[in-house]
Amino acid sequence: MAKRIDVSGLNVYYGDFLAVEDVSMTIEPRAVTAFIGSSGCGKSTFLRTLNRMHEVAPNARVDGKVMLDDLDIYAPEVDPVAVRREIGMVFQQPNPFPTMSIYDNVIAGSKLNNQRMSKSNADDIVERALRDANLWDEVKDRLAKPGSGLSGGQQQRLCIARAVAVQPEVLLMDEPCSALDPISTLAIEDLIASLKENYTICIVTHNMQQAARVSDQTAFFNLAGTGQPGRLIEMGETNKIFTKPDKKETENYITGRFG
Amino acid sequence: MTTTDSSTTPRAPKGKRRIGDVVFGNTARGSGILILAILAGVAAFLIIQSFDALSANTANFLTTTEWDANTDADEEPAFGVAALAFGTVLAAALALVIATPIAVGIALFIAYYAPRRLASLLGYIVDLLAAIPSVVYGLWGIGYLVQELTPFYQWLSDYLGWIPLFAGPISTTGRTMMSAGIVLAVMILPIITAISRDVFLQVPRGHREAALALGATRWEMIRMAVLPFGRPGVIGGAMLGLGRALGETMAVAMILSPALIISPHLLQSGNQTIAAHIALQYPEATGHGVSALIAAGLVLFAITLVVNMAARYVVARRKEFSE
Repeated sequence: MAKRIDVSGLNVYYGDFLAVEDVSMTIEPRAVTAFIGSSGCGKSTFLRTLNRMHEVAPNARVDGKVMLDDLDIYAPEVDPVAVRREIGMVFQQPNPFPTMSIYDNVIAGSKLNNQRMSKSNADDIVERALRDANLWDEVKDRLAKPGSGLSGGQQQRLCIARAVAVQPEVLLMDEPCSALDPISTLAIEDLIASLKENYTICIVTHNMQQAARVSDQTAFFNLAGTGQPGRLIEMGETNKIFTKPDKKETENYITGRFG
Repeated sequence: MTTTDSSTTPRAPKGKRRIGDVVFGNTARGSGILILAILAGVAAFLIIQSFDALSANTANFLTTTEWDANTDADEEPAFGVAALAFGTVLAAALALVIATPIAVGIALFIAYYAPRRLASLLGYIVDLLAAIPSVVYGLWGIGYLVQELTPFYQWLSDYLGWIPLFAGPISTTGRTMMSAGIVLAVMILPIITAISRDVFLQVPRGHREAALALGATRWEMIRMAVLPFGRPGVIGGAMLGLGRALGETMAVAMILSPALIISPHLLQSGNQTIAAHIALQYPEATGHGVSALIAAGLVLFAITLVVNMAARYVVARRKEFSE
């Protein structure tokens, strides 16, 4: 598990509008890479290109290259559905399937791949995923209850369990804590720290302390101006980005002297 | 912001009474009460007016199939609603079975498959179907559809005749329960489609993206996120359609070649619905006839009520999972 992602010369469009321009970066396996930057700078849009979720929007397209180890995920013969099974995603709003029980939520992805799964096999997958997501002890007695009955933080951990249940290579997180209270945020951050032993993790966050706490690498995105495309300004070791960044723009942003 | 008087005794703060609020509140309350009054009025009318025939009836009203109600004052009427009720439910159920899968398919196509322009055009056309008067459907059904369908009926009875529903010999005129059911299905298609499409479009983006991000194909996404979310809406739409099919009069009266029998053979002539029976019989009703037809109307009222309550029960049953 855990693969490296190599992005080179990636342009991201909505129709004719160039949203993110010319991004090249390497995302290391078994590490956490944080994307920071002001609102609208394209970091979430960029994240969604990494598992081909970007193209779900009408007229959305990209050019450039994204390699998952040896696989060019935008090659014409590659099925986006197969890419998404390798690269899981957690969204800003916790979004468990409201009509499904906790158990069914966790097993949903595995059922797509393998319709006829034995009950004990499914039980194992559910327990392992919920343990991985630090949620097992809280829900093991109510697996048949709806996932929507959990607290926001629990729902988000349920979504993480659902994503890791299919054992993806990479986990993308789009501001996973921004709808959560500080205690739940802490739980998710601890979880991210333990998950990075097995997964390549990318996290978009508005919270710079969070980026500093959880990530190994940090990428800073910014806009040249209104209506301009977002760009990758600087990427490097998190320590370095937050202490002595190379670029003035980065320093302005992380010290709050921005705009 | 409310102003409260500063009296010493503690009490719940009371808002200022504004004339607009009072007028609007009472108007709304009045409308609410009015609808209850109308419903109660209709029920009372049906019960009171049907009493005369029901008390003079010498047959069991609920189990008899004959309709001998147009008697002179000294004769004993004998009539029952069994065949009519059976025909009503059969026609409506048939329409629902045909229409619901097609409506859900159209709604899914409009919501998730069709290019945007085609989708709005299609939605418009479906709404247009609802605007066609039922008498026109009746004309279309009897003047065109029944002839065109007869070879298909022949085929059905040749190959699937061992199922009682499709048993022959088929009616050569095509004026059968099957034809009535198909026309009713076309009539209820718009309402089921429109409501299904609306709920399918309301599925939160988060749920759809969650499914896609797990590696679901479009169909799997629809099965995981869209259909479960839309299910109560589809059921609601189907029940509205069923309500219309149960009460539909004109098209059925024109198409069906009536016979007061209980027959499961959809391709043979026979059966009749309550609504069509009332419409056809009312002009010639004498003696206890009118009152007897009102009794049949009461049964239709009751069937519709039960169907609606059942629908509500189904929708509410899994409420815990659909918040």
